[in-house]
Amino acid sequence: MFSRAYRAAITIPPLLWVAVFLLVPYLLMFCYSFWSVTESGTIVHSWTLDNYKELLTKPVYWQTLLRSMWIAARVMFFSLLLGYPLAYFLSFHAGRRKDLYYQLVIIPLWVSYLVRAYAWKTILGTDGVLNTLLQYVHLTSHPLDFLLYSPFAVVLTLTHIYTPFTFLPIYASLEHIPRNLVEASHDLGATPAQTFWRVIFPLSIPGVLAGATFAFVLSLGDFLAPLLLGGPSGIMISNIVVSLFGAAYNWPLGAAISLCMLTLVLALIFSSERLEKRWSFS
Amino acid sequence: MTAMATTVEPGVSSSSPPNSLLSIRSVAKHFGKNKVLRDISLEIAEGEFLTILGESGSGKTTLLRILAGFEQPTSGEVWMSGERLDRQPPYRRRVNTVFQHYALFPHMTVEQNVGYGLVIAKRPAAEIEARVSEALAKVKMSAYAKSKPSKISGGQQQRIALARALVNRPRLLLLDEPLSALDANLRRRMQVELKALQREVGITFIFVTHDQVEAMVMSDRIALLRSGELEQVASPREIYNRPATSYTAQFIGHTNLLQADVRQGRATCAGLTWPCSLPDGKSLFSLRPEHIRPASVASAANPAPNSAPTPTTIRFRAILRDQSFHGSTDLIRVESEHALILTIRTASRDLPSSDAQIDFEFSAADAVPVRPTSFEENT
Repeated sequence: MFSRAYRAAITIPPLLWVAVFLLVPYLLMFCYSFWSVTESGTIVHSWTLDNYKELLTKPVYWQTLLRSMWIAARVMFFSLLLGYPLAYFLSFHAGRRKDLYYQLVIIPLWVSYLVRAYAWKTILGTDGVLNTLLQYVHLTSHPLDFLLYSPFAVVLTLTHIYTPFTFLPIYASLEHIPRNLVEASHDLGATPAQTFWRVIFPLSIPGVLAGATFAFVLSLGDFLAPLLLGGPSGIMISNIVVSLFGAAYNWPLGAAISLCMLTLVLALIFSSERLEKRWSFS
Repeated sequence: MTAMATTVEPGVSSSSPPNSLLSIRSVAKHFGKNKVLRDISLEIAEGEFLTILGESGSGKTTLLRILAGFEQPTSGEVWMSGERLDRQPPYRRRVNTVFQHYALFPHMTVEQNVGYGLVIAKRPAAEIEARVSEALAKVKMSAYAKSKPSKISGGQQQRIALARALVNRPRLLLLDEPLSALDANLRRRMQVELKALQREVGITFIFVTHDQVEAMVMSDRIALLRSGELEQVASPREIYNRPATSYTAQFIGHTNLLQADVRQGRATCAGLTWPCSLPDGKSLFSLRPEHIRPASVASAANPAPNSAPTPTTIRFRAILRDQSFHGSTDLIRVESEHALILTIRTASRDLPSSDAQIDFEFSAADAVPVRPTSFEENT
């Protein structure tokens, strides 16, 4: 239908884009992860598995990775805990205010990530809003120091930042449920609670899976929240990657960690999509 | 005239039937300023097949939703065998619904869909299994028990929706245009099956449709709804033969509406005169196309038009204007000497095609007086 020249003209630019900005960098990262670096900082371009050996043998790396996954898992859990009821309320009970509430959920996404992270810093710090308030009402006599620079602060901040990302796919899947299914369930004698667990929730599982994947994957790769609020105990795997590519100047090891994370994340997204397909019936 | 006398069923009318199951009392429903239903009162008998018939926007679906419990009436009450229904949530009513788009649960198999109500009611597993397979057998869908709804056709989904409702043995089954998404052939087959099924299970059916043919074929009674008000409630034969209003006459089948002057027991319209028992003044009459027929050859030999052989047979002479084929009969439009256009249903295929004068006749008893509705047109 279209001429070959036209088809080439519309397909080649995006292909080039993907190649130059995605495939080539990944390929470079792949190569780096099998190279090494000398004491003086020169990259040795000969193939070796030393980087991967180091990852497996030095506990700091896999321990940090496990801690990052644990933080990401908690963020995922709390995002679902907040995002699902919010999405359910908006979709089924917000009535005419639905669009307004929806905007209220979305607007924080327009605020810079940094601003939101710093906001938590001023709330959670030793002289922060929360500690001042707690002392003012005499709940504590001295500032609570576990609030800031801790995994708690990281989980809290990431949950705040990524809950809208969890909310959106859940909301979309709830909006797709034909309302006559809810009526049919009531008609057949099911109470609202029974209807929720037997009809609404099962049909929203694809949204839950997508939302959970968003929260987990985005948190796992996050490095700003742990950098600003994590302190020594809240360090995550991406902070190590950043320092390996920066101060430590060990690109090969940084690339090896990145590749491991990439594999992990791709595996997660892949299995989440497989599961979503099993639970969609449209 | 004699044909008419046998078709009217005076026992069945809009007033209270003997064994009333459902009682709709002065129900009104307003959506803001929009008065969707005004003052609907209706008694429905145990085991009856009642059709709520109306155009889109007449309020028929809203009325059904009030019975199911998905809407609250703005005023009025609904009672079912001595129990007030309209205050109860839908899941407490012994009423089940077959939805227009079936509303089968997509994540459950056919079997799980049908068993849903019984599982919710916490029936024993063995009973659920037995009743589900019995219900599936009744709608001839046993072979599809393990299928997902997305894998079966629209007609089959329709049967499952029916089985899912009937398996709960409700006192009352509501059907919201359940056949409207099916193609014409399947639809006609389902009409017959549904009617037979209703006879078999003996459950009261309230069936909503905009299709007057469907209503006529299936119902014990038709409640014709117009702009949120009941226009007429009667058996299909009565509503067809004795339409109360010009709207009913036009909505149920074809008709000719005649605006006549009544003087001393004789109605006159465009040169036609027939006896009637109405007070003097203007009156509107409905004359069905099949009640006008070409005059018999013997009487057609009589040259004088409008001189009826008996006082109750009215004869007139007209010219054929157009003709349309409807299978076993034709619908023709003729123009009388007094420029009156009439539609006639006839099985005669040998009518002179144009310009020739033809004699037609009808019986005075077939000209049924109707109450005019606001937008009737005089033909």
